[in-house]
Amino acid sequence: MAAGLTRQRRKLADNDGVLAWAFLAPSVVYILALVGLPFILAIAFSFSDVTGGDPTFDWVGFANFSAIFDDPVFWASLRNTFVFTVISMVLIVIFGKILANILIADFRGKWVVRFLVLLPWTTPVALSSIAWLWLLDSVFSPIDYVLRALGLIENNVYWLGQPGLAIGSVIAVHVWRLVPLAAVIMLAGMLAIPKDVQEQAAVDGAGFWRRMFEVTIPLTAPVIAIAALFGAIFTFTDMTVVQVLTRGGPNNETQVLTSWAYFRGIEGSDIGQGAAIALFLFPLLLAAAIAILRAVRRMEVS
Amino acid sequence: MTTLEITDAQRRSIARRHRFGRIGLYVLAIGAALVAAGPFVWGVITTFKQDRDLYRRRNNPFVFNETPTTEHVRVLFEETGFAKFALNTLWVGLLVVAITLALSLPAAYSLARLDRPWAGPMGIAIFFVYLVPPTLLFLSLSRIVVALGLQDSTWSLVLIYPTITIPVSVWLLIGFLKTLPRDIEEQAMVDGYSRLGALGRVVVPLVAPGIVAVVVFAFTLTASEFIYALAFISPSDAKTISTGVPTELVRGDVFFWQSLQAATVLVAVPIAFVFNIFLNRFISGFTQGAVKG
Repeated sequence: MAAGLTRQRRKLADNDGVLAWAFLAPSVVYILALVGLPFILAIAFSFSDVTGGDPTFDWVGFANFSAIFDDPVFWASLRNTFVFTVISMVLIVIFGKILANILIADFRGKWVVRFLVLLPWTTPVALSSIAWLWLLDSVFSPIDYVLRALGLIENNVYWLGQPGLAIGSVIAVHVWRLVPLAAVIMLAGMLAIPKDVQEQAAVDGAGFWRRMFEVTIPLTAPVIAIAALFGAIFTFTDMTVVQVLTRGGPNNETQVLTSWAYFRGIEGSDIGQGAAIALFLFPLLLAAAIAILRAVRRMEVS
Repeated sequence: MTTLEITDAQRRSIARRHRFGRIGLYVLAIGAALVAAGPFVWGVITTFKQDRDLYRRRNNPFVFNETPTTEHVRVLFEETGFAKFALNTLWVGLLVVAITLALSLPAAYSLARLDRPWAGPMGIAIFFVYLVPPTLLFLSLSRIVVALGLQDSTWSLVLIYPTITIPVSVWLLIGFLKTLPRDIEEQAMVDGYSRLGALGRVVVPLVAPGIVAVVVFAFTLTASEFIYALAFISPSDAKTISTGVPTELVRGDVFFWQSLQAATVLVAVPIAFVFNIFLNRFISGFTQGAVKG
């Protein structure tokens, strides 16, 4: 009896079609319930007049959208989001590649170096942003102290108070935080290249730079693209750095879509508008992701 | 063969180039370590500074101009819920990692190995879920959390965080599973294991580096998450580090800098340490796969 039941169960488990669904279903249900449902709710919010003070749902059509389109801050946020994401992504890939090359080499004290360079990524972003807020302080910044001691500046720079410098500071913190992740992803990809390919190239007389650009980079291009994708996602969707460092200022010069949605939706208590702004993020991110994943597939095929 | 002989001059030139390469490597490595860890080194110094040392513009910020003090570390542990926040973060992180693995490993196996025609599009669809930003969802999710009666409890985060971690984990594990040769589990099934038996005894051990990668990634994401933690939980004793430390140590415009720095260093160092240990195994697993491949 028991043996028959076991056999029956085994037969069921060996049926790949049933098993495929049984294995996938829990994840799909989880995601539909806790991402799909709130996603639809968020879309509904964006067509409603729900506010913090008045949570009743009234349909207002496209009123929220036309309100945010009329607001120049929205367009500034959109532009900033793109500028931050693209510049950060490029820098993350370049520095990540350099860091991966350092970490792949053998040298004394490598364990310590690896531990130290991982720190920015493993620190919760809220805490590391606060640490940077103090590093960039208008009065006590140690960076300014060094520059003053070197005689490069007379007075403090006021990093977060000037538009250009504030933008630079936000980008720098994103890059600082995400380069370790990109380096680890690329490192794993570089280690997956068969050793004989590298050795053959070296025997053939290819120097470091030629091996780098003609062997390593083409072979690890898909992994580099993945690192770029993660860099872009993390910069694009994160609002903690902006919120802690500048709160979008000065004069909305560092406002991004995520932070603007938060200020509008929560602090401004206009949930409908907040949802409408946040809704804008998804198609943009989706388009970027599709483009990058397509490129990855093309590289893998060729 | 004579053309292949290396002359003394060439050997010297190679040795010199090698030496320059080594020096360059060390310079770059030390530079990278300084840029990455500089804020933390300076954070340690700041932690032990007295107020009148810290808040004087002319004082060198890199040395102690007054006697160091442990007062601000005491404040962190005795006057804020830091220990409780750390415990909450750890507790939420472990549960989320467990849920993530329990759900994403079978899902990834299903998509990577069971040859359903919908596997490809479904895999991409699941990854795209990761692109739905928390900023979009947290308003409606807070309502769902309230409806479930989980507001102000760490269980709300245990429930919601897997929505961030499952999509990435499925996607990462699909990648790892695809690098395993199919013969391995087919052989196990020929040897009399059921598909589930082969999965448990053969596939899971081989995909261990991928599981490590998922654990590390999921835990870091969870510990870092800010928006949901801020939106769902207001009482102090249920907060995580990400939200608890800033709310207790930033009061209006007053920042308790030394205690904040202490908290940052105390959180960053253990996670990076554990990450580094795992990273070794993760990377060696990768290379082994490539060598055996």
